[in-house]
Amino acid sequence: MDSYLQLDHVSIDFPTANGPFRALDKINLKIDKGEFVSVIGHSGCGKSTVMNIVGGLYQATEGGVVLQGKEVNEPGPDRAIVFQNHALFPWLSCYQNVEIAVKSVFGKTRSRSEIRDWTLHNLELVKMTHAKDKLPAEISGGMKQRVGIARALAMEPKVLLMDEPFGALDALTRAHLQDSLMEIQADLNNTVIMVTHDVDEAVLLSDKIVMMTNGPAATIGEILAVDLPRPRARLALADDADYNHYRAAVIHFLHQKYKRDAA
Amino acid sequence: MKDKIIYFMETAGLTWLIPLVRLASGESPTRQLQQLSMLIGLPLVAMIAFLFFWHVGAAQVETSLGQLPGPVQVWEQSGNLLDEHQAERARADAFYERQIERNAEKLAENPDADVKIRDFTGRPTFVDQIWTSLFTVFVGFLLATVIAVPIGIVSGLSNHLYAALNPLIQIFKPVSPLAWLPIVTMVVSAVYVSSDPMFEKSFITSAITVMLCSLWPTLINTAVGVSSIDRDLINVGKVLRLSYLTTVWKIVIPSSIPMIFTGLRISLGIGWMVLIAAEMLAQNPGLGKFVWDQFQNGSSDSLSRIMVAVLTIGLLGFILDRVMLTLQKLFSYDKNAVIR
Repeated sequence: MDSYLQLDHVSIDFPTANGPFRALDKINLKIDKGEFVSVIGHSGCGKSTVMNIVGGLYQATEGGVVLQGKEVNEPGPDRAIVFQNHALFPWLSCYQNVEIAVKSVFGKTRSRSEIRDWTLHNLELVKMTHAKDKLPAEISGGMKQRVGIARALAMEPKVLLMDEPFGALDALTRAHLQDSLMEIQADLNNTVIMVTHDVDEAVLLSDKIVMMTNGPAATIGEILAVDLPRPRARLALADDADYNHYRAAVIHFLHQKYKRDAA
Repeated sequence: MKDKIIYFMETAGLTWLIPLVRLASGESPTRQLQQLSMLIGLPLVAMIAFLFFWHVGAAQVETSLGQLPGPVQVWEQSGNLLDEHQAERARADAFYERQIERNAEKLAENPDADVKIRDFTGRPTFVDQIWTSLFTVFVGFLLATVIAVPIGIVSGLSNHLYAALNPLIQIFKPVSPLAWLPIVTMVVSAVYVSSDPMFEKSFITSAITVMLCSLWPTLINTAVGVSSIDRDLINVGKVLRLSYLTTVWKIVIPSSIPMIFTGLRISLGIGWMVLIAAEMLAQNPGLGKFVWDQFQNGSSDSLSRIMVAVLTIGLLGFILDRVMLTLQKLFSYDKNAVIR
């Protein structure tokens, strides 16, 4: 009961024409402060649903989420979300997209210049200062996601939720952003839950990999602690025995134990 | 400089002038001339062909008011209408001048004399009637917008409210202005009672009829635009714990602006069409009344004059649409979106 974030017997039913559909069944998970946790599983297994419950966008039918001893049942900036398709406001510049978050979270407690500095600081963190006045339509997909991350970080969340944040990007851009995320994480030591379907990404970034069984009534199959030293370098890890061992464990789970016939 | 001019012309809907600008700045002449012949040449050819067939065709039709007017007669009458307007203006000026002189004389005789300026009571000219029509449609359209946009936003955000309102919208949407008009007339006569009315009853009746008919496209388009907002953007608002009003102001309105304006453009077009019919029946001194009076008048010039009004109505409708298009481009975040 002492853990920072706890999912306690979380189950969720979605109403359908044929009665309730149990998507998640009794998820139990404890996450410590500063831990980077990946949730991996086949598509449709409900990994995004887990994240949306923690984010407060969905309500668990049974059980609940407890953050620092308080139950979570609505969305809030203490659980900032990085969306898969960045979800930037297309009519606001990069700066304004971060600023709107800073203003609504700290508008009452910080001065105008503090808000400005904090907005710029977060853009600097994701190396997007150079494009701060551009509209989202004028920058690349990777850059948009950087701004999306800056917006989430600017809320100073207790838990940072990332829903397949790099899923829509090409492999090279994804690698760049993963490296950036690791650097930022080394500085800030946020508590992160990241949903992903990329095995390499999960092993590279995580302290803990939560592997989900297939739906319906999906639950946690295994939890793998990734005990690789940080900072982690992509190149060095490619030939690392431990890294490949972890990688193999996840692949084994996904493609042997919980194989899916139709993707 | 050149880019700025081109951007301005694109926004103002003057795309057909862009090749001239590029030509003047020395950009590849053959390509620009090609563009020019496409954007100006082809419409010009079509227009000349239209005038020719009109001229030939009209000469074949004999009505009780004489021959159907061709382009030449219509052109003459448009000149006459402008002359009449100027003559009437001159008369009005002279009328006021005489009053001022007379008042000055009166005051010279007796400094305590009670002087006043009487309004000129001449007939409204064609140009006056254009302004009356534009003002009436503007007021009706403004009323419609003020009602339709908020209702559209609220019902777009709530599936329940939309389900409740949808049948009502669908029933009232197809109703013709001519069906509304008698009811509106009676209600205005009953409710709008004042010894010194600020507006004519006919004006209010026409404006309200325009409102009743131009409400629906804006309402429906706003509701659809609002309900098709990216869920993630709404979720961002939830994560930031924005209030309902802030969500509407910061997220809902900006992202549904293109759809709202599409609705507004359709509404204004419908409003302008409805207005002419409403003015005919309500006797609001605008273009509709002009057409009706000319028809009743039945002189040999009447048909030409009506044709001038028809073309004026068309041209003004086109200009109104262009104005809305320009506003839409200015308010829309996606400046590169192709809007026609």
